[in-house]
Amino acid sequence: MATAVDPSPPDSQTASEPWLRMYRRMVTIRLFEEQVNDLYTRALMPGLAHLYIGEEAVAVGICEALRQDDYITSTHRGHGHCLAKGAAPDRMFAELLGKEAGYCKGKGGSMHIADPATGNLGANAIVGGSTGIATGAAFSAKRLGNGRVSVCFFGEGALGQGALYEVLNMASLWKLPVVYVCENNLYNEYTHYSEVTAGDILARGAAFGLLAEAVDGQDVRAVHAAARRLVDRARRGEGPALLLANTYRYFGHHVGDVSRDYYRSKQEEQQWKTERDPIQILGAWLIGQKLADGARLEEIHAEVKAEIDRAVQFATAAPYPGADKVQQDVYAGE
Amino acid sequence: MPENNGRELTLAQAIREALAEEMRRDSRVVILGEDIAEAGHPFKVLTGLVEEFGAERVLDTPISEAGFTGLAVGAAMTGLRPVVDIMFGDFITLTMDQMVNQAAKVHYMSGGKWNVPMVLRTTLGATRRSAAQHSQSLHAWFCHIPGLKVALPSTPYDAKGLLKTAIRDDNPVAFFEDKMMYRLKGPVPEEEYTIPFGVADIKRAGDDITIVATSSMVQVALGAAKLLEGAGISAEVIDPRTLWPLDEKTLIESARKTSRVMVMDEGYGRYGVAAEIASVISEGAFFDLEVPVKKLGAMHVPIPFSPPLEDATVPTEQSVFETARAMCG
Repeated sequence: MATAVDPSPPDSQTASEPWLRMYRRMVTIRLFEEQVNDLYTRALMPGLAHLYIGEEAVAVGICEALRQDDYITSTHRGHGHCLAKGAAPDRMFAELLGKEAGYCKGKGGSMHIADPATGNLGANAIVGGSTGIATGAAFSAKRLGNGRVSVCFFGEGALGQGALYEVLNMASLWKLPVVYVCENNLYNEYTHYSEVTAGDILARGAAFGLLAEAVDGQDVRAVHAAARRLVDRARRGEGPALLLANTYRYFGHHVGDVSRDYYRSKQEEQQWKTERDPIQILGAWLIGQKLADGARLEEIHAEVKAEIDRAVQFATAAPYPGADKVQQDVYAGE
Repeated sequence: MPENNGRELTLAQAIREALAEEMRRDSRVVILGEDIAEAGHPFKVLTGLVEEFGAERVLDTPISEAGFTGLAVGAAMTGLRPVVDIMFGDFITLTMDQMVNQAAKVHYMSGGKWNVPMVLRTTLGATRRSAAQHSQSLHAWFCHIPGLKVALPSTPYDAKGLLKTAIRDDNPVAFFEDKMMYRLKGPVPEEEYTIPFGVADIKRAGDDITIVATSSMVQVALGAAKLLEGAGISAEVIDPRTLWPLDEKTLIESARKTSRVMVMDEGYGRYGVAAEIASVISEGAFFDLEVPVKKLGAMHVPIPFSPPLEDATVPTEQSVFETARAMCG
């Protein structure tokens, strides 16, 4: 069951457009998150945030294989998933700043961004908390026959949650169209996953009869190729899959986790940043394949930077919700 | 109440009829739970449903309460109206993250964009000789959480009407059935009806004391009211029927009228439903009360197995009668 993934995508091998779109998406997530860190550092953002920097290829490679009406569930480290599924940076920032114009009217914040228009069932601040929701969305898709697929993003920390295995069992029993994407960024918060994870991760999925594969989570082409196969397979009714994406979290568990020496070395961080950076890897491939030149990539960075700056300005200027809104939306239909 | 024509159903039959009618009316309604399809549930409440609606709408799940409740939350968000069956109320502890952190919060956290139209049906009630992990009445746990609604019928008529309303509600509803009352018979009309949430029902009118009672305690209260009548005391028995929304107005009006109030609920007496209702009445009718509001709940012990021990943990007609008479003395 645990097979390596061929990094060549099944099609679009030479067409530059999808790869440039994925490049832009990854840069968008990177610059969005850098801006989040900046807002936090300058005490302009309430609360905390968990940055996705370093893991961009996973969300982008997966979501590029999805239809707009396919479902995702996300995690506390969810900005990347939301952006990759099509959320707009301006309303994302507005939500992070607790503004009325945010995706959740400021009621959710960084860890709860949800957007029905892009099939985003919501980010979830309980580790493993959305595994049931994602599986239920796949249950609906099958029952209603609408051809949708559900993707459940979760970190390797969620491997410790029992509810995950309960839904893997049901997804397999009922052949639900769901792909579980385990983002292994090596750290359960501040603890290396190997200290708290026994046995073989893929074997956990295989034990329930899921197709279980691993992929290099820093290579968006590899992630996308795997996602296309597993998503298309799920859509054909051939059952759920577990994709283990091996990746790395450049920053701390959250923006305030800046002194990390006690759980990992600066050398390790540096090595991932210089040798395994997903944006650099795709950029080098695009240039090598003559699908883009350095100037074009710089142009993309500049365009994204301008979009992010405008988004921050929008969110900063946007009004807070009135205190009279606090009791709205507790119950539907009231 | 619509015209009855003399038809009587048991509470179990009323529940089954409500489910069947809603499943016929709305193809989005599905039922998930343990031993509910072929077995029709250990209490035989669901017998016949899988034969009519098929195994795609009446699903036997693994023994995974957290998993299938979580699955129901996601299914509810994406176009279905799941009814989850949790065999014993004690097992709701296994669903807590899904109900409290997911189902209850999805609508609010998403700024009102996603809805969770699901029902969690389960049981309450002791004296079945099932000991500490199959006898509790834990409905107060869900009452504590904004975003959830809680219904608990005391008659077949209320059970059917409230369950139909629960299934049509766009919010997560926890629905508690007294497992000792499944064979209780009562009038249920043939005609379609629903019962709105947040409307208490005066089960017996009276002038001297108000007994607010929920679910299993309503029959006890009515029995005690008969004993009180023999002692020359006229008791009013009110069933709130839903704990959230709560019909505070009816409770307070009755308290003002009678000036004496006892609140009965089979949940644990401390920090529970009876305490909350007593607080609502104290705040709303303080200056009309002759005596402090009295609450009666399950004794604050794990429910014991041995019959004489278990029987001592739950309010009885006699204990209610004596307490009420003392309050009116």
